[in-house]
Amino acid sequence: MTTAVSFQNVSRHFGPVRAVDRVDLAIAEGEFFAMLGPSGSGKTTCLRLIAGFEQPTAGHIEIFGETAEGVPPYRRNVNTVFQDYALFPHLNVIDNVGYGLMVRGVGKAERHRIAAEALELVQLPGYGERRPGQLSGGQRQRVALARALVNKPRVLLLDEPLGALDLKLREQMQEELRALQKRLGITFVFVTHDQGEALSMADRIAVFNDGRIMQLGTPEDVYRRPASRFVADFVGSSNVLPPDFVERHAGTARWASLRPEAVRVEPGAAGAVTGTVAARNFLGASTRIAIVVEGLRLHAVLPAGRVASGEGEAVSLAWDAADLHLMEDEG
Amino acid sequence: MRSDRGSRAPLGLKIAAAAGLLFLHVPILLIFAYAFTTEERSYQWPPPGFTLQWFAATWNRPDVWQALGLSLRVATISTAIALVLGSLCAAAVSGSRFFGRETISLLIILPIALPGIITGIALRSAFNIADIPFSFWTIVLGHATFCVVVVYNNAIARFRRTSGSLIEASMDLGADGFQTLRHVILPNIGTALVAGGMLAFALSFDEVIVTTFTAGQQQTLPIWMLEELVRPRQRPVTNVVAMVVVLVTLLPIVAAYYLTRDGAEIAGQGK
Repeated sequence: MTTAVSFQNVSRHFGPVRAVDRVDLAIAEGEFFAMLGPSGSGKTTCLRLIAGFEQPTAGHIEIFGETAEGVPPYRRNVNTVFQDYALFPHLNVIDNVGYGLMVRGVGKAERHRIAAEALELVQLPGYGERRPGQLSGGQRQRVALARALVNKPRVLLLDEPLGALDLKLREQMQEELRALQKRLGITFVFVTHDQGEALSMADRIAVFNDGRIMQLGTPEDVYRRPASRFVADFVGSSNVLPPDFVERHAGTARWASLRPEAVRVEPGAAGAVTGTVAARNFLGASTRIAIVVEGLRLHAVLPAGRVASGEGEAVSLAWDAADLHLMEDEG
Repeated sequence: MRSDRGSRAPLGLKIAAAAGLLFLHVPILLIFAYAFTTEERSYQWPPPGFTLQWFAATWNRPDVWQALGLSLRVATISTAIALVLGSLCAAAVSGSRFFGRETISLLIILPIALPGIITGIALRSAFNIADIPFSFWTIVLGHATFCVVVVYNNAIARFRRTSGSLIEASMDLGADGFQTLRHVILPNIGTALVAGGMLAFALSFDEVIVTTFTAGQQQTLPIWMLEELVRPRQRPVTNVVAMVVVLVTLLPIVAAYYLTRDGAEIAGQGK
């Protein structure tokens, strides 16, 4: 398989701040790749390094085997969907979408034909005459997508593209983006701080923190087998168990993670592990309860319909040994 | 909103407002009226009679044409300089963050906040020290100090409302720096530049104080008028010129007002 984007020991420093710190990365052609992390973790800087808006302080970047350092954004076969969409307010939708063709000298008729096709691709046929200001957030997002795709990029970069949309629209766009990516076969690199989004859409996820990649793997890998406390906590807010607790219940003094949905809760203090319910949150499809066990606050997610014990009641906890994932963590 | 529409201003307030507006504008009308008077020595009210002869007299005065020509040339060149420097400054200050950014912004705006007399004296002594003789260019230099501010203020307000990612989006889509300037930056700040340029032109056209210190023996139109008031010769000619000045400066200012108003709507559409 061809490598679309590769980072070799890439750093980007802003003064004393190491926004990106010695990152190695290889994104395969046709892959849907997510960069996941909290704000300030370096994921957006990585995206801007690929787009060409930033130059690495050290290290080497290749895009389809060609050195990217020193190549300006307008000579890269890479396009970006910006977080704020960055639609040109003085142009209507069709001219926004056709902008990339216009600056390449494609004639007006041809330009409008291709742009109209792109609008159809993002399910906005007939919106060409409107101004960006007359569109809803979701529609602007689609226009930004069409505008980036019209240049037939080999890599499409998406910077938190769904952040400004409401929940329902976001879920719909997640499915559409995924379908679009499969259909076009373009490499998508997607930056998000929303772990749910990354898990549901990506082929592979790089989890960023403090400018470094904490873990790189498939969504299932990252979710089930977090490499560190940070990943366990950030991706799906796992229960992070300290070594002494793990030693008492699993026999090894190592950090471990335990997914909230893997915890079984029974009323009464009859089991091996017992605790007290401290809080109960109804989430619709499930109920999330916080239980204090041996001074540790653990979370369990119970499917809807299961009777959850009330606050202050004693409960026993149980889990399958396989669900307790030991981490290769620093102390 | 409802209370705004329902309540009416009390009569006293209406009278006060009308009186205030009259106080501001009646003197200007008087200037206009005296342009048509038949009496040329003193400003006698009411004018003994009305005539159009002063328009012809003005037309035939070479000193008026000279002063008008100088003023127009100074205003045009100062505005041109201000447009280039002002928009470049605005782009730099709004486009990046660097040490001393706020200080530079303040220093650019300062000339318009300083009393003109300070700017004038400062420039004059600087020209003296540097041994620069007074010329067309010393006037232009003096005017450019405050013209730059007007353009800068207009341009920076527009840059602030224009998302920085527009420029990145343009580059990302394949446009080089020049294409981005032409297709994205200029269309977005164009009306602000026109408005700033018109205000700068109007400011330069009727500037007296800084000009007094930087012109030497040359007479711009406002300086010429000042001289005429002191040594009257065909006094109503001054009034005819005053009318022309009011019209020449008022039209661009009104145009600038409408342009920036529309611009606000265009810029707001992206939000």
